[in-house]
Amino acid sequence: MEMKQHNWIPGNFKSVPDIGRSAQNDSVQHGWTPITTTTSVLGVVFDNGVALAADTLTSYGSMACFQNNPRILTVNKNIIVAASGEYSDFQFIRDAVEEKVRTEISLNDGISMKPKALYTWLSRVLYNRRTKMKPLWSTFLVAGIQNDEPFLGQIDKLGTAFVDEQIACGYGAYLALPLLRKGIEEKREKSNSKLTKEEAVDLLKKCMEVLYYRDARSHDKYQIGVVTKDSVEVLDLALKPTWEVAKLVQGYE
Amino acid sequence: MDTVIDRGAPKARNFEPYASNGGSIVAISGKDFVIVASDTRLSEGYMIYTRKQSKLFQLSDKSVLGCTGCWCDTLSLTNIIQSQLKSYLHDHNTIMQPGSIAQLLSTLLYSRRFFPYYVYNVLAGLNENGEGCLYSYDPVGHCEKVSYTAGGSSGVLMQPFLDSWLGKRTVDSPVSEEEALNLVKDAFTAAGERDIYTGDEVVYNIIKKDGIKSGVVQLRKD
Repeated sequence: MEMKQHNWIPGNFKSVPDIGRSAQNDSVQHGWTPITTTTSVLGVVFDNGVALAADTLTSYGSMACFQNNPRILTVNKNIIVAASGEYSDFQFIRDAVEEKVRTEISLNDGISMKPKALYTWLSRVLYNRRTKMKPLWSTFLVAGIQNDEPFLGQIDKLGTAFVDEQIACGYGAYLALPLLRKGIEEKREKSNSKLTKEEAVDLLKKCMEVLYYRDARSHDKYQIGVVTKDSVEVLDLALKPTWEVAKLVQGYE
Repeated sequence: MDTVIDRGAPKARNFEPYASNGGSIVAISGKDFVIVASDTRLSEGYMIYTRKQSKLFQLSDKSVLGCTGCWCDTLSLTNIIQSQLKSYLHDHNTIMQPGSIAQLLSTLLYSRRFFPYYVYNVLAGLNENGEGCLYSYDPVGHCEKVSYTAGGSSGVLMQPFLDSWLGKRTVDSPVSEEEALNLVKDAFTAAGERDIYTGDEVVYNIIKKDGIKSGVVQLRKD
């Protein structure tokens, strides 16, 4: 009988089943890194709904490449989704979600997806891809109405998923999230209630302005998506930035 | 002489499949009860994702699992366990006992030995005789039956604290429910002072014969 050649020395585990080994090789072959990127997404829950905000710029490195790329997706009558990160990965997910919605519509049973279902589905898709070491380099915010209650959740490229009343990703996590938390907290202290729709939208507008002045990958044209029990809408908005104060900054000449 | 500039291999940001999302677990078992508690802060780096994410997962009315570490792995792992337990329930028309869940968890973790679930687990339950039982794990499935444990980002801070209070207890002086709960609260308040990944709130589950009692204690929010 011919012996199978084993180059066995203590500590050499070549004959061990290579679970996850091919995945590890993949990470060496492809340098997975985002190319066409988008910046922060903000989300806030108000008394009877949820609002998301995201600008319409897709950057190519430091170049403001595509200036009219919307990234708030209206999924159905009670879900909106927004993405930040690699734009093509958002497009990939958008196509898959639209396919899901078409399938649902063609069933014609009057049942439509709820936000928690899409949130869980997205978390599984993103986790699956991170486990293959081929991540979808995006962070998603899912907003909607789940059984008459507002729902807001985030999923990142690893599949890290959580639900909260105010969420921001990217630079917004540093610059806008404290403002969102403050806005919600102040309203709660003042009148022991949640923000109204108008207050939530105004808060998001303020945050988008703050982000525009400090986030170099942000843009003055943006969208706010609002979903309530009986409506879903996406507003096209633009900032009126003023750089008047810039000339008051001195000492850097 | 030719000048050859070696630019090396193309630089690519290497994808890191793990994240450390913080959080701590403390669990203490007693004669007829077991307490398991976690903080509710979910974070990464200097960023707090949310202040109200419990890390306790109720598996049955007799067992609760506490998980810290990489949150995306925690979500996957707990989903798999919960679906397996559901299958078991439908197959055998009875819930799985904590001892069996302990073995199942160990097997699940080891099945990913070479691409581990980056999760530190503590399984708390009541065994067939109604006694509190606790199992502590490492990410690749090493399992140890213990009488008390602390794990997660503040595990190293809280374990010695528990050792000093509970380490020399014998069967003649079992820890009472009230004493155990106070120790859990004190451990977390102390950890919240020193660890930025532990804070906001503590949620605890006290598992007893007549059901699971849960409560919340406030921690530092900064």
